Amino acid sequence: MPPQMTQPATTEITYRDAMREAIRDALRRDDRVFLMGEDVGRYGGCYGVSKGLLAEFGAERIRDTPLSESGFTGAGIGAAMAGMRPIVELMTVNFSLLALDQILNTAATVRHMSGNQFGVPLVIRMATGAGRQLAAQHSHSLEGWYAHIPGIKVLAPATVEDARGMLWTALQDPDPVLIFENVMLYGMTGRLAADAGPVDIASAAVRRPGRDISLITYGGSLWKTLEAAAVLAGENIDAEVIDLRSLRPLDDATIMASVARTRRAVIIDEGWRSGSLSAEIGMRIVEQVFWELDAPIGRVCSAEVPIPYARHLENAAIPQVPGIVAAAKAALGRV
Amino acid sequence: MTAPTDKPHLSREHMLGLLKEMIRIRRFEDKCAELYTREKIRGFLHLYDGEEAVAVGAIPVLEKRDRIVATYREHGHALVRGVPMTTVLAEMYGKQEGCSRGRGGSMHLFDRATNFYGGNAIVGGGLPMSIGLALADRMRGDDTVTACFFGEGAVAEGEFHESLNLAALWELPVLFVCENNLYAMGTALALSESETEIQRKAGCYRIASEAVDGMDVIAVEAAARRAVHAVRESRKPYFLECRTYRLRAHSMFDAQLYRDKAEVEAWRHKEPIVRFQGWLEANHMVHPEDLARIEAEVAAEIAEAVAFGEAGTWEPVEQLTRFTFAEAEG
Repeated sequence: MPPQMTQPATTEITYRDAMREAIRDALRRDDRVFLMGEDVGRYGGCYGVSKGLLAEFGAERIRDTPLSESGFTGAGIGAAMAGMRPIVELMTVNFSLLALDQILNTAATVRHMSGNQFGVPLVIRMATGAGRQLAAQHSHSLEGWYAHIPGIKVLAPATVEDARGMLWTALQDPDPVLIFENVMLYGMTGRLAADAGPVDIASAAVRRPGRDISLITYGGSLWKTLEAAAVLAGENIDAEVIDLRSLRPLDDATIMASVARTRRAVIIDEGWRSGSLSAEIGMRIVEQVFWELDAPIGRVCSAEVPIPYARHLENAAIPQVPGIVAAAKAALGRV
Repeated sequence: MTAPTDKPHLSREHMLGLLKEMIRIRRFEDKCAELYTREKIRGFLHLYDGEEAVAVGAIPVLEKRDRIVATYREHGHALVRGVPMTTVLAEMYGKQEGCSRGRGGSMHLFDRATNFYGGNAIVGGGLPMSIGLALADRMRGDDTVTACFFGEGAVAEGEFHESLNLAALWELPVLFVCENNLYAMGTALALSESETEIQRKAGCYRIASEAVDGMDVIAVEAAARRAVHAVRESRKPYFLECRTYRLRAHSMFDAQLYRDKAEVEAWRHKEPIVRFQGWLEANHMVHPEDLARIEAEVAAEIAEAVAFGEAGTWEPVEQLTRFTFAEAEG
């Protein structure tokens, strides 16, 4: 047996604090970086992510904005085009729709429309997802919509390591990158290496290897899916769990290699089923590894309803562990 | 606060230069209209006839390092700014020699070399970009000015109000230039705005403002000099409303059912080229040989641009998906 490798020192950290560390690190490394959004300064961030940064970096770089999503998102675009590296925070994906014109019609198109003369190296962060009883106008998961748009990259960090590492990589990207932070993850803790730094944003990760079925998910649903995989293990079903990490571009290679091995797939997506990212992934599997499949592809998505306030209804609207277990067993013919 | 050097230089040479730039835009766009009917140019084509005095009066006042954000009616802005007529026309042909590689067309002329941040086909869409450009300059302590052109139709968009508020709140060096041509596509100003004195809207955001006769190129230049000087010195925004008129249809598809022919005719007598040329003639500052020379030079430039567009090449379809994202330096 080889000698035990020295494990790097790790610390327990919340997803929220990991994200703050990432922003702090970016502000220290590059004086072109600044954070801009509603309540990011004095209030400390709607979800507490930027707490303390105003005192450390000042009001120029931790810039509170009026409630003008389109205006300040567009300002981020202009500042990026003029050589700065802005991080724009939009409180939730629901509010980002007020800035959709700027994101889609300007940020995503400028490089192409200008014949490669101008790029928009902008990072936009926002919260997404349900589970806090905030009802329909604060709880939707629209990252799949954004993943529809050419010209932007869409990330969904699900772990503290990705919360800490994706931002810096995104800031190095010459094009706009959107980072979706599931609201249920902010308080989650995980162990993070003391020297944790940038991570790649191009590939999916196999979070749990398995032989019998591929469970493909991202963001807040990752942890429910891992829990479902543990339940399935108790029934002698060895599930592989894929964390997409990047929703655009999708890492087809990791998905297809997994499905080709396990021959079965279920996609877990907190977006609505109709016209969803899960539909895209399912179709890609059909296009690329149809002959490897032993069973129809399954999906666990949100109910086709605006997310309700009442807790029992909200819970019933979004993917949960029993539903994931049931879908996996159905794909295996073990009902 | 106007420094003496900020007044227009009313030399004969300067005047002829202004006249030539307006004629240059007008004749170029006449040619564009012709090329459109011959199907050399496709898509939407929004012509600037009647509004030339705004671009010609305002843009040369800016320094090379300053930035310009324009609209979908931006041929005049691009030409005055110094984007070569050849690459502008090649862009409208859709050729890869165009100023946006044929990816943008008439509504999306871009030119990095002249800090021309594009035509923008979303009404009001360029306003937030101008805020960000100016914010970057402010944060770095540069003394650059960003000039943002938009029509009065954009004033109805939320982004107009968000942008003016941000510019005033953050003290950003933006020159807002409203080209008030009285029609938002086919909707008259009185039907689209409760307050038709557009300039007054700037006051709500505590932005200094001025309205100027946008049919008078000297008046526009004088106002633009005051405005650019104010922005450069104060590092605060300034709002310039240029009252003008669009003599042609909104686009090539517009039958102009929304306004009387008599109204357009009446404005033709006030249009900037006739007016300025007439004034120069009355004051013996322009001679027939000057006009002949200008027309000949402009015709030659246009002929060269047409030849350039015709000779331009189609980008291989294999390159369709390029420039969606940056490419690694090869």
